[in-house]
Amino acid sequence: MPLFREAYGLLFNLIVWGYIMQKSDCIISVEHVYKYYGEKAVLNDVNLFVRKGEFVTILGPSGCGKTTLLRLIAGFQTASEGEISIAGMEITQTPPHKRPVNTVFQKYALFPHLNVFNNIAFGLKLKKMPSATIEKKVKQALKMVGMTDYEDRDVDSLSGGQQQRVAIARAIVNEPEVLLLDEPLAALDLKMRKDMQMELKEMHKSLGITFVYVTHDQEEALTLSDTIVVMSEGKIQQIGTPMDIYNEPINSFVADFIGESNILNGVMIKDKRVSFAGHEFECVDEGFGENAPVDVVIRPEDIYIFEPSEAAMLTGTVTSSIFKGVHFEMMVQTPNGYEFMVQDYHCFEAGAEVGLLVKPFDIHVMKKERTCNTFDGKLVDSTHVEFLGCVFECKEVTGIEPETPVKVEIDFQDVILEDNEEDGKLTGAVKFILYKGNHYHLTVFTDWDEDIFVDTNDVWDDGDRVGITIAPENIRIVHS
Amino acid sequence: MINKFSAFFMRRKNWAIPYVVFLAIFVVMPLLLIVFYAFTDAEGTLTMANFRKFMLHPEAINTFVYSIGIAIITTLTCLVLGYPAAYILSHSHFNTSRTMVMLFILPMWVNILIRTLATVALFDFLNFPLGEGALIFGMVYNFLPFMIYPIYNTLQKMDPSLVEAAQDLGANPFQVFVKTIFPLSMPGVTSGIVMVFMPTVSTFAIAELLTMNNIKLFGTTVQENINNGMWNYGAALSLIMLILIGVTVLFSNESDGASNEGGVI
Repeated sequence: MPLFREAYGLLFNLIVWGYIMQKSDCIISVEHVYKYYGEKAVLNDVNLFVRKGEFVTILGPSGCGKTTLLRLIAGFQTASEGEISIAGMEITQTPPHKRPVNTVFQKYALFPHLNVFNNIAFGLKLKKMPSATIEKKVKQALKMVGMTDYEDRDVDSLSGGQQQRVAIARAIVNEPEVLLLDEPLAALDLKMRKDMQMELKEMHKSLGITFVYVTHDQEEALTLSDTIVVMSEGKIQQIGTPMDIYNEPINSFVADFIGESNILNGVMIKDKRVSFAGHEFECVDEGFGENAPVDVVIRPEDIYIFEPSEAAMLTGTVTSSIFKGVHFEMMVQTPNGYEFMVQDYHCFEAGAEVGLLVKPFDIHVMKKERTCNTFDGKLVDSTHVEFLGCVFECKEVTGIEPETPVKVEIDFQDVILEDNEEDGKLTGAVKFILYKGNHYHLTVFTDWDEDIFVDTNDVWDDGDRVGITIAPENIRIVHS
Repeated sequence: MINKFSAFFMRRKNWAIPYVVFLAIFVVMPLLLIVFYAFTDAEGTLTMANFRKFMLHPEAINTFVYSIGIAIITTLTCLVLGYPAAYILSHSHFNTSRTMVMLFILPMWVNILIRTLATVALFDFLNFPLGEGALIFGMVYNFLPFMIYPIYNTLQKMDPSLVEAAQDLGANPFQVFVKTIFPLSMPGVTSGIVMVFMPTVSTFAIAELLTMNNIKLFGTTVQENINNGMWNYGAALSLIMLILIGVTVLFSNESDGASNEGGVI
């Protein structure tokens, strides 16, 4: 018994220790943060912990809330709900000038009425530092960003890249605990951006302060970060190292957003056995249960392509082949209608018959977030149901009283999209398109503020306005 | 022939010809005449007598100095009243539909005489004595929109991230204003000052109506001389005023630098 107690005590100590370590190690903590613009939640229960000295990138498409999150940390906006702490201090309502952070703005935001020196010295002068110290620090900061001897220049006379360097110098000269960067390289050309990325990484190393970096460029995120936070629609989708995020995307959104990928519908037959594209494959994932519908992700560089042979798991015809610099990018169509993107150093011309092979650990299996559309609705009478703000005809329902709340289920492929908005019962706009090898999986944002998911073979563009119809026999009503 | 005509018509710089002609007849010619009259006597011989008369005439100089003093007071009052107004208007928070801006700017479009006569009637009704106070009130009332609008314009166009950058670097709201917003709105301020100062120096109608002709401004003196047939002396006084206005414009252009954001137009 005493041995047990000791072991428990030790374990308890370890847990407490770990907790304290984590807390003291954590420089920014964002807990249950919500931000509303009117009714719309731009940030929806965001939780984020940033360790001291880390390079964290918040990555996501435009409008995903990443900039809002950064602005909440900087203090330019305040959270509707939740708590933000920096360096152990709760600062949710603290005005920006009292926060130990500095920001590098997307459009530089240099003061046009001040020269380079005075721009950089702005923060130091506010702290009433002696002018000798200020001069020394400004010189140091300028050296750090490679802009020595530019002190007296007018900021308007500098190029975009130089202005960005001054903006960085202006922020780091204050020695903040955290440096926030809001898409700082977005306005620079590719070559310049690559150079600045390397310099930022160097700077992060030599300064040793925490960087929180916002970008929509996944390559930039992979290059720079220790940790990537992938966001979409106000929610954090995944947090992890660049390797984790790239190799083990948690859902199809992340897989599609980070790098190129083949995403297909599959069925997990049993542990380590998955079927997709009409074949069964060996894989390394387990714990999904039997015959569970899943999403399968295969990176195009993980597919081996060769002349048809015994070793081929799949065969197909190359439909297009594009030279991409280092590799060739080929689209391969299998006889049963699935399309794969393959990247390889060897070129197979369009029309060539090829064999494909995927190794078990290169098949990434992800749980499906949903297998059909589900809405809260209300039965109007035995043949009509109301959901998404409209009344739909449905098959005759028995055993449920009118006016009772019900769950409505519709399969993805049963939602029909119309070119003409007037032809649809509902209207909406295509918001997110995912190619699933032999069909498209669309997210359509209806004008009643709810998403409806659609499987279709037709090609739609992001932002297309559509009408939506659903046949009565395809509406399933479940007692809720 | 038609081809030639259409070619002439198609060249864009030819479109300016009507205005150039108008300008030559109604602006350049009168200015040249003023200069000519200022340096001649009634017989048309060249002389500096008109300017000597001004220099030796303490009354004229007094009016001149007094006019400038009134103009400066008016301009400063307009600035003190107009800047906060422009600042509030530029915040979309207070001003979602631009209706407020319209309300502030609207008086600019009402004829100055009508406004002044209305002020006189109002002062009469309230039993306020007409005089210096009424004069300054009338001037401020008339020219305030000319101060608000240019300042509003620069504040409106200012990049909000500059304010955020200043906050981010540790400036409290007061410091943000002093170190960022005010210096950045200087083009608007100079523009406003010029637009108020210039017309107030030369005004005479407001002075005449609001002081019952008791206080003379420089503009009044010019008008009186011209009305009494003393064209040469009047022209000399006008020229002096023109030079003063020209100097103000030059001064404001210099401080304006390259940015002309403050302009009303």
